[in-house]
Parts: sequence; C-alpha cells; structure tokens
Amino acid sequence: MTWIRKNIIMIVGLLVLFYMFIPVFVVIALSFNEPKSRLTYTFDKFTFDNWLHPCSGAEAMCPSVMVSLKIGLLSTLGATILGTLMAYALMRYRFRGKGVANVLLFLPMASPEVVMGSSLLTLFVSASFPLGFWTILIAHIMFCLSFVVVTVKARLAGMDPRLEQAAMDLYANEWQTFRRITLPLLAPGIASAALLSFSLSFDDFIVTNFNSGSTVTFPMFVWGSAQRGIPPQVNVIGAAVFLIALAIVVLGQIIGARKRKALAA
Amino acid sequence: MTSKKWVPYLLLAPGALWLAIFFLTPMFNLGATSLYDPSGSLESGYVMNGHVGNYADALSEYWPQFLRSFTFAAIATVLALVIAYPLAYAIALKAGKWKNILLVLVIAPFFTSFLLRTLAWTAILGDNSSFVHFLQNIHILPEGGRILATPFAVVMGLTYNFLPFMTLPLFTSLEKVDSRLIEAAGDLYSKPFTGFRRVVLPLSMPGVVAGTLLTFIPASGDYINAQLLGGIKNTTMIGNVIDRAFLERGAYPTAAALSFVLMAAIVILVASYVKRAGTDELV
Repeated sequence: MTWIRKNIIMIVGLLVLFYMFIPVFVVIALSFNEPKSRLTYTFDKFTFDNWLHPCSGAEAMCPSVMVSLKIGLLSTLGATILGTLMAYALMRYRFRGKGVANVLLFLPMASPEVVMGSSLLTLFVSASFPLGFWTILIAHIMFCLSFVVVTVKARLAGMDPRLEQAAMDLYANEWQTFRRITLPLLAPGIASAALLSFSLSFDDFIVTNFNSGSTVTFPMFVWGSAQRGIPPQVNVIGAAVFLIALAIVVLGQIIGARKRKALAA
Repeated sequence: MTSKKWVPYLLLAPGALWLAIFFLTPMFNLGATSLYDPSGSLESGYVMNGHVGNYADALSEYWPQFLRSFTFAAIATVLALVIAYPLAYAIALKAGKWKNILLVLVIAPFFTSFLLRTLAWTAILGDNSSFVHFLQNIHILPEGGRILATPFAVVMGLTYNFLPFMTLPLFTSLEKVDSRLIEAAGDLYSKPFTGFRRVVLPLSMPGVVAGTLLTFIPASGDYINAQLLGGIKNTTMIGNVIDRAFLERGAYPTAAALSFVLMAAIVILVASYVKRAGTDELV
C-alpha cells in the first residue's frame, strides 16, 4: 500500500501513456483483420493477407501513399533548408527586424489549420493558380517551416558558442566555421526537425484538403474511404509508418548515447 | 560577426519570403474575399463591393457552432491538462534514467496517422463494441445508450488527439524545476500536496500556458473529430461549417468571413489569456 502511495505519480503517468497507445494497438490489430464486409470496422478474422498484399483490394491507396511520400520528402527538404538558415540567423546574429521575423514564425503555429488552408485556397483561386501537387507542396513547406526553426533553434541554444569562436580565432571564416563546426554539431537537431516535418506533412489532412484539387494524398484517401468503408490495408500503412518512425527514433537515441559514451571515455 | 550586416538578412530571406507570400498574403486575401458580393460564384466571378453584411449573415446563422467549438475546445483543453500533467511530472521528475525512453513513448503514438487513430476510436466507442457493452452491463450507460455520435465522443477525441501538444511543453518546464526545492518544502514541514501547489505548480506555469494554447487553438478549429466521432445534431463545429461552405457549397464570401472571425476570436482570446497569465502571477 505504501509502495503504491510512494509511486502513485509514476503509476498514473504510465496509465496515461497506456491510454495514448490504445488507438495504436487497435490500428495494428485491424491491420491483421479480414472484415466480413466493407462497412464493418470490427475485428472478424485473423489474416496476414493485408501485409502480404497491401496494394490489392484498394486500388487507389498505393498511388496515394506514393503522392504523400513524394510531398513529404520534398516539403521536408524545403522546410529543413529554409528553416535551418532562419534559425541560424536568429540565434547567431543581432540585427534589426528580428522581432518581426519571430512574430512571422510564431503566427502559423498559432493559426488553426482550417484558417491557413482556406486562406491559401482564396489566394490560389484569385491568382488562378491550378490546385494540385504543387499547391500541396507549397502549403506543406509553409506550415512545416516554423516547427523546423523552433527545433533547430533549441539545438543551437544548447550549443557552446565558444566552439565557434575558437574556430574563428584560428582564422576560419564564417562559412568554414559553419561548415566544419556548427553544422556537424547541429546535425541531431536538423535530423529531428526533418523527422518532425515529414510526419507533419505525411499526416496532414485539413490544409491539404483545401488545396489539393484532384490530387489524392494518403490522408485524403483515408478520409474518402471513411464514408464508403475503410479497407483493412489502410491500417497496414498506418502500422508500418508507426513502426518505421519508431525504429528511426530509437536508432537515433542509441547513436546519441554511443556518441556521448565515446566522448566521455 | 558584425562586419557583414547583410548576412543575417540573406539567411532569413528565403524562409521569410515563403511565409510572407504563402501565409500573410493569403490572410489579406481571405479578408478581401470576406467582403465580396455573395451573389457571385466561382464560375461567374465575384464583385468586390465591401459587403460587410457577410459577417452579420455568417454570425447570425452560425453562432451556435462558434460557441460549441470554443466550448468543446475549452473542455478538451482542461481535460488534456489534467491527464497530461501527471505524465509530464512523472517523466520530468521521477523517471531518472528512463526519461528519454518515456519521452519517445509519448511521441510514438502520434507517428500513426491522426485520421487512423480517430477512426480507431470509432471502433472502440462504436455501438457494438465490447467497451460500450461493458459500460451498459455495469449500468454506467443505459440500455441502448451510445457514446459514438455524441458530444462526449467529440470532446474525448479532441482531448486525445492534442495530448502531446500539452505534454511536451509541460515536460519542458517541469524538467527545469530543481528537485531540491521540493525537498526544501518537505523539510519545512509542508505536506506533499501543499509543496506541489506552492512550489512546483507555480514554477510550471509557463508550460501550462504554452500547453493550453497549443491544445486550445487546433482543437477549436478542428473538424475531423466532429466529423468522424460526432453525429448529425449537436456536434457540428465551426471547422465543419467552413469546410463545407468552401468545398461543397462554394460560398466563398460567407466561408471567408467565418474563417476570418475564427482567426480574430482566437487572436483576441490568446492575447487576453497571455496577458492575464503574465500579470496575475498565477497562484
């Protein structure tokens, strides 16, 4: 009894963590489901078929996953580059207009997606810009950018600025210092910013829905099929993305721990 | 590093321009669209005549949905705070060497698609699910009572979906709390709960403010939970209305007015909240 009282916060915390995983367990379970009819979303019969043939049975799904992957990778690339440059400028220089830049970066994070998506739609419509792949990409880079800046800034804040000063004292110019000292130290921060960007882009529905025209991303495919009945293969993609992302994060943790050990030794 | 004054501007320019063109300009466009003559259409084009009446029409027709959105979002934010606080506290102050692993586990569920997790809740809370039958058997839920398609389900979905936005800022500010301060409170004969209320809670206030904002803002504009977990009546949120007005009815001026009001309401709420939270010392 005293043990429970002593550890009550940890127990409650772990229960909350379990609650957060409940839908993930359901998604994984349903990825092995063979439903009796298209309209049921309950577990009927166990099967490996969905994992062995994820593209059969739901013809439009795999192309939509490809679209999401392409947009995810391109928007991650764009947002990570633009965001890292911005974070570096904001943390390592003093200049007029910094406050304005910070507000400009904060606003997209404080706007509901439905406002961002709809306002961008009015821009594209009034400029007669055709909706599709490119408008989705533009929108994704836009809303990923602020999150990249926040993540990279946090890493820069934790870095010892004396390392960069030392390089400069040894006659490295700004570019050499950035390339040889800052960038390698910044790499973990950039990597987590990229991972965050990719998951934001791959998962986005609301902004995409406003600006997609007839292009169908994976979340849009899921939304569309929610009305007609969800094929179990959709859960295979969900479960696979979950496992891959988890593997990347765990691997990153292990590499980070190894490096710290190597440095300490 | 002061020799080249233009360097920071050069580094900022691409990203800042991107945000200026694809975030700020659209806001002005939205404002302009909300003043178009509503008699136009996408095909025939719109006439810009400063039709302020769009706002009156939008508000008089859709104020219940506005009210509902903010109510649902507020309840979900409070629930998320109550749920996330013990978790953040446990990870920040009790986990020791397990801290990093637990943090990964907090983020991990959110690698599964938002839509798929919400659909998973429809399976858990559905009328024929074992969870609902269980609640009926122990008479928490009346015979034939349902959870899916009720406001309760929508609030539950909102609470669940934005939990990491609450947990991570709470964790960040709790991690900075010096555990010796808690010991000091105990040494001075404060009961554990008093120590928490007088020492830890005030110190974690920046996290509480950030977490509640990061939960409330997306929750009030969300329409996925209302669409998938809600019913036909009593659960429609303002996001659903805006989405349908733009994409199904093509009523751009009304929809833009609604969108603009939502943005303005959030800016006002957030500004006054931050101001209050900043000045009243929060005890």
